[in-house]
Amino acid sequence: MSTDTATATTAAPAAEQKAPPGPGMRFVNWGANYIEDRTSLSGMVKELGRKIFPDHWSFMLGEVALYSFVVILLSGTFLTFFFQASMAPVIYEGAYPTMKGVEMSAAMASTLDISFEVRGGLLMRQVHHWAALLFVASIGLHMLRVFFTGAFRKPREINWVVGFLLFILAMAEGFTGYSLPDDLLSGNGLRIIDGMVKGVPVIGTWISYLLFGGEFPGEAIVGRLYMLHIMLLPALVIAAIGVHMILLIVNKHTQFAGPGRTQENVVGAPILPVFAAKAAGFFFIVFGVIMVIASTVTINPIWNYGPYDPSPVSAGTQPDWYIGFADGMLRLIPPHLETEIFGFTFTWYILIPIVVLGLFLVVVALYPFIEGWVTGDKREHHIADRPRNAPARTAIGAAGVTFYAVMWAAASSDLIATHFRLSIEWVTHTLQALLILGPIIAYLVTKRVCLGLQKKDREIALHGFESGRIVRLPGGEYIEVHEQLSDYDRWRLVSYEEYAPLMVRPNTNGKITVSTKLRGALSRWFFEDRIAPVTRAEIEASHHGH
Amino acid sequence: MTGTDGAEPGTAVETHAPKPVSVGVAVISDDAVENPGFPPYRPRVSDLDPAKERQNERRIFWLFLASMVGSVLAVVAYIVFPIHEGDMGSVRLNNLFLGLGFALGLLGIGFGAVHWAKSLMHGHEEVEQRHLTRGKPETVARAGEIFTIANEESGFTRRKLIRNSLIGALALAPLSALVIFRDFAPADNPVTLLKHTLWEEGVRLARDPSGAPIKASDVTLGSVFHVIPENLHESSHPLEEKAKAAVLLMRLLPEDLNVSEGREDWNFRGIVAYSKICTHVGCPVALYEQQTHHLLCPCHQSQFDITREAAVIFGPAKRPLPQLPITVDEEGYLVARSDFHEPVGPSFWERSL
Repeated sequence: MSTDTATATTAAPAAEQKAPPGPGMRFVNWGANYIEDRTSLSGMVKELGRKIFPDHWSFMLGEVALYSFVVILLSGTFLTFFFQASMAPVIYEGAYPTMKGVEMSAAMASTLDISFEVRGGLLMRQVHHWAALLFVASIGLHMLRVFFTGAFRKPREINWVVGFLLFILAMAEGFTGYSLPDDLLSGNGLRIIDGMVKGVPVIGTWISYLLFGGEFPGEAIVGRLYMLHIMLLPALVIAAIGVHMILLIVNKHTQFAGPGRTQENVVGAPILPVFAAKAAGFFFIVFGVIMVIASTVTINPIWNYGPYDPSPVSAGTQPDWYIGFADGMLRLIPPHLETEIFGFTFTWYILIPIVVLGLFLVVVALYPFIEGWVTGDKREHHIADRPRNAPARTAIGAAGVTFYAVMWAAASSDLIATHFRLSIEWVTHTLQALLILGPIIAYLVTKRVCLGLQKKDREIALHGFESGRIVRLPGGEYIEVHEQLSDYDRWRLVSYEEYAPLMVRPNTNGKITVSTKLRGALSRWFFEDRIAPVTRAEIEASHHGH
Repeated sequence: MTGTDGAEPGTAVETHAPKPVSVGVAVISDDAVENPGFPPYRPRVSDLDPAKERQNERRIFWLFLASMVGSVLAVVAYIVFPIHEGDMGSVRLNNLFLGLGFALGLLGIGFGAVHWAKSLMHGHEEVEQRHLTRGKPETVARAGEIFTIANEESGFTRRKLIRNSLIGALALAPLSALVIFRDFAPADNPVTLLKHTLWEEGVRLARDPSGAPIKASDVTLGSVFHVIPENLHESSHPLEEKAKAAVLLMRLLPEDLNVSEGREDWNFRGIVAYSKICTHVGCPVALYEQQTHHLLCPCHQSQFDITREAAVIFGPAKRPLPQLPITVDEEGYLVARSDFHEPVGPSFWERSL
């Protein structure tokens, strides 16, 4: 983007300049022509320079993710100049008094050196960690925005999957980075990973053995995770972001319904100058906010935890927030689930959480294809839905969010118990029940709320809104005057897609296939309860009624 | 999902011809409300009032100026708040003022640029037409044609023998690379390693981390010791061995212990030793509740009842913590009678083989 900005600000005035250019502008013109002669970059500026981006606050969430990733790259590069990814034991002789003389890995010692001996080192560590937390959080929120507005529909299903991969990669980046300082907290995190890997049938023992370069904890894992963290995973993230951005440009951004906005146009600010200025400015704001947090709020104080040792552990151990859902699932599994068959150990309390989490993620990744199959709608969709106008989807999303939230809360079950003076058993059993019941309740409530909001919209579209003006009629009757909406305001309430359940019919061979039946059942589930958009006839009828 | 059968020669062109698009179960109403078109532009204050425009211009200038001040402050903070070795207060000041300087430098640019874009730059929305994502029919047809030509010129589908052998070769090539991952870990068999710890007959129980051996007489009723084998520090892999050999030592009233058959001589006058490594996923089971004799794992809240040989009474774990058989030597120090009788720590596939 930055190259476009540079070229276009130079090229555009160059073409329009009427008065004889000053020396500065002559230099800029010369530079622009120099580059153009060798790159033909004007074609790209012509294509992209005035490309339109629609505006809505929720479209910022993806930008936050992108910009925090840039911050991660910048701060992480600084850290690599000092960090030693080695588990070789050293005796700490650095600046932090309480750790002097303690045996630890070179990784831990160099992390302490970055924190306490390099000016700005602690700041860059905290920038890196806070930016990473923000990165995963903003990806998650961005995904929720895309989900609840149906922005994943054709032609954007593939980009949804790419974004999903980015979410997974971001969590992997987070976990590998979190483990690098080789402190007590992250070491226990790796211990849990080791335990989970060992629970995988057939290959688990060997995978753990190879991963850790011998028995846990070994002396290899930090170096290996470091390579993944600073090379392989970032390369994949950058590649996926590249594909994500290219598809964004090819598909053009979705827009919310509004007067003048259609499936065939895109309304908003052109990249040059308004969108570029806002986006670049927003990058600096995101960076600045991360910097304020990093300079005032401590994150991951490894000097309080000490170096990794397999024996001690502190009460209330917590992973970074985005790993919480997986850790919570481990806690929620009912007790005693392990069997031996022909002497082989099947560790169900590991396998079931892995399968449940895996299925959850697979459903998230495949949702656009599932909904596309249920509706059978092959048209392109460029108008983002208001969540209430797709009640079943919104309710499914709410159920998914609830499921995730319960697992996430379970990762803090011990802290919930100590903070609210409850027994850990009670908290765990409650969360176990909520894991099943919570999504069902959330689904039902959300669907009713959506339908209620749609009815309210319909009411307002047809009869206007309450003006607060009470009028006494000649007969003594009091009424509140309703004001009609303008056509522009009404359009936002009435312009949405309506779907009806599939009429299940036999195919050309006279048979009703299982897949047709399933599609029929699913489409009934999705669309049986629905509120139709207001029609012209209804608006006219309502006007005559008054 | 169209055109998936385009691999057959000569069919690609036809299958890529435009088709009518299905609307599925969407309800198409012929009485839908019409789009009213664009509303009139609502001018901003700086469009209408030149004084406001100049005011905004000044504000943006001040924001950019604040950014310059912030960047200079960051440099100043770097110099005037150095880190003095061992002085944590100096680290904090350096972190705070350097960070706030940076932050002002960044936020000034950010807010200035956004304010400029929103208040002074051209405020009208622009419209761009969308086109179907799919290429124009000619383009799609030409792409299909190119693949057909490439197929004919190479004979990719015609020469089945060499095509299939190429696919076989490509599939096998990365497989051969898999073997080099074996040496990610040493030559030993992990299953054998996992089934043995440093404990053996006569190894003294020592305090973690000092390594001082423990006399039975030091273990008072209700006390708990974090224990390592005395020979741990002589091991070539102390952390790996500790991750298996860590033990918790507690003394209970002998009558509180429910001892099962075959374990009668595993405790010494109510002193019992259990593996500290959780049988769930391997966290240290470090929290001992003296009154109830329960052990709690802080990671996933598995609880073990020491009076019932560390049986699981709550949480995801399945197996009790393995017990280390102990006794005393002639000097009165606690020693192991043998290694654990089963593998410690998290379950694994070959555990019972």
